[in-house]
Amino acid sequence: MKNSEIWVAFYTILVREIRRFTRIWPQTLLPPAITMTLYFAIFGNLIGDRIGEMGGFSYMQYIVPGLIMMSVITNSYSNVSSSFFSAKFQHSVQELLVSPTPNWVILMGYTLGGVARGLCVGLIVTVLSLFFTHLALESLFLTILVVCLTAIMFSLGGFVNAIYARSFDDVSIVPTFILTPLTYLGGVFYSIDLLPDFWQSVSLLNPVLYMVNAFRYGILGVSDINVYWALVIVCVFIVVLFGFGLRLLNQGKGIRS
Amino acid sequence: MTYAIEISDLKKRYDSGFEALKGIDLKVEKGDFFALLGPNGAGKSTTIGILCSLVNKTSGNVSIFGTNIDKDFAKAKKYLGVVPQEFNFNVFETVFNVVVTQAGFYGISRSVAEERAEKYLKQLDLWDKRNDQSRMLSGGMKRRLMIARALIHEPEVLILDEPTAGVDIELRRSMWEFIKKLNEQGTTIILTTHYLEEAEQLCRNIAIINAGEIVENTSVKALLKTLNQETFILDLDTSLPNGWALPGFSVVMSKDASTIEVEVIKGQSINAIFQALDAISVNVVSMRNKSNRLEELFVKLIKG
Repeated sequence: MKNSEIWVAFYTILVREIRRFTRIWPQTLLPPAITMTLYFAIFGNLIGDRIGEMGGFSYMQYIVPGLIMMSVITNSYSNVSSSFFSAKFQHSVQELLVSPTPNWVILMGYTLGGVARGLCVGLIVTVLSLFFTHLALESLFLTILVVCLTAIMFSLGGFVNAIYARSFDDVSIVPTFILTPLTYLGGVFYSIDLLPDFWQSVSLLNPVLYMVNAFRYGILGVSDINVYWALVIVCVFIVVLFGFGLRLLNQGKGIRS
Repeated sequence: MTYAIEISDLKKRYDSGFEALKGIDLKVEKGDFFALLGPNGAGKSTTIGILCSLVNKTSGNVSIFGTNIDKDFAKAKKYLGVVPQEFNFNVFETVFNVVVTQAGFYGISRSVAEERAEKYLKQLDLWDKRNDQSRMLSGGMKRRLMIARALIHEPEVLILDEPTAGVDIELRRSMWEFIKKLNEQGTTIILTTHYLEEAEQLCRNIAIINAGEIVENTSVKALLKTLNQETFILDLDTSLPNGWALPGFSVVMSKDASTIEVEVIKGQSINAIFQALDAISVNVVSMRNKSNRLEELFVKLIKG
């Protein structure tokens, strides 16, 4: 395929993905808005007032970056995993497989579709958070960089999940039993300084901790970990997951007999 | 000579150990209307799957318009349009989007894709349904949508995997008229079907595949010439007298003796039947084959 044709193919996948999640907005965009509003109201306002400050900020201000990141992670991941698995399930993935679209373009198209939903939800949650608190912005560049890299990473994760999934249960197992615990234990609601030494060390094995803290640093200027390490770790994960996802596609794992 | 499709020693063994293709060789000429026939599980869909990259081959060579799929599959894929057996479009997309999106996967710009979508949806009587979700279409419309989608990049070869399964007679006829026109315009057609009369009427060349092997590959005309025996059913204007017989022919009479089935062996003249009936003043009202001629050959070849 010529470069211009590759661009058209990529753009087609991306637009189709965006059209998909905007068409079913009551399932994709509305639920995180409602859930996060409840988090802001209950944890931020009601309970947060009693907790006091964390990291030099009000509890509400402290948890907002984490909750935005939680929404981005969950939605990027689930967009790709559910969309690609649905395409497998109803065999519409064959439309792509019979076409000359290169596998790396398929992977990038789906990934960017997941990023689009992650960022869209992230933006909605950010706007909602402004009804509850004001947010300072330490570094706009770092904030955008971290949120984009995180969305890319979890979109790729969702893609790998969808490749291996054989049923809708398989699509929900990883978010329920791995992603949610990692996110909750990834410093969304607390600073790891509050944990005993042993659990602080264990927490450092959680990749979500690095993303949440790097994002929080971008907004508030405080972090439990070194932000540059966080960026390196996310980039390494992206490279590994992209390579792995592409390899699975080239092998035809789960999509070709 | 460059063939539309050239397959040599193609083998496919699935992970389960099942050997779906045992080294088949097949050539389809440019512009041909080619039938690939075989019983269920014979290897037809596996062959088509390998051609369009839905199935990974175990070994062998496949070339599409001279392009080896192992060397440049992307180029080879551009020659092919595939209408699969099962509906495989996104049922929540509109009819128009299903077709235009497919064009995008081939790198065709939106403006060109929209023009072509209009052309093919109109030709296939789906234009009025263009804004409907594809799940709302009837079975026949869904089949036509898959044809429109397969044609959107204007392929040189159109592969139809049992396209008329479950389609009513009127629609089947109009579908074949459309496909025949495409063939006349130069598109190579490869067809699998269980309706053997379709293959007999439409196709020039034929391959019969059984248990992963090609058991016959010739022209439909040449194949029909090998038929040794045909059974004709004759409807008569009056009942035949008791004990009537036709020397040299095997005859089966209906209960009221007004319909007979006559087996005619190659070399025998049908005129002899008419002469014998004429001699007792019985007229033939109508005459037809008991079964499709290709069907008889097919059964014979499959049973070995």
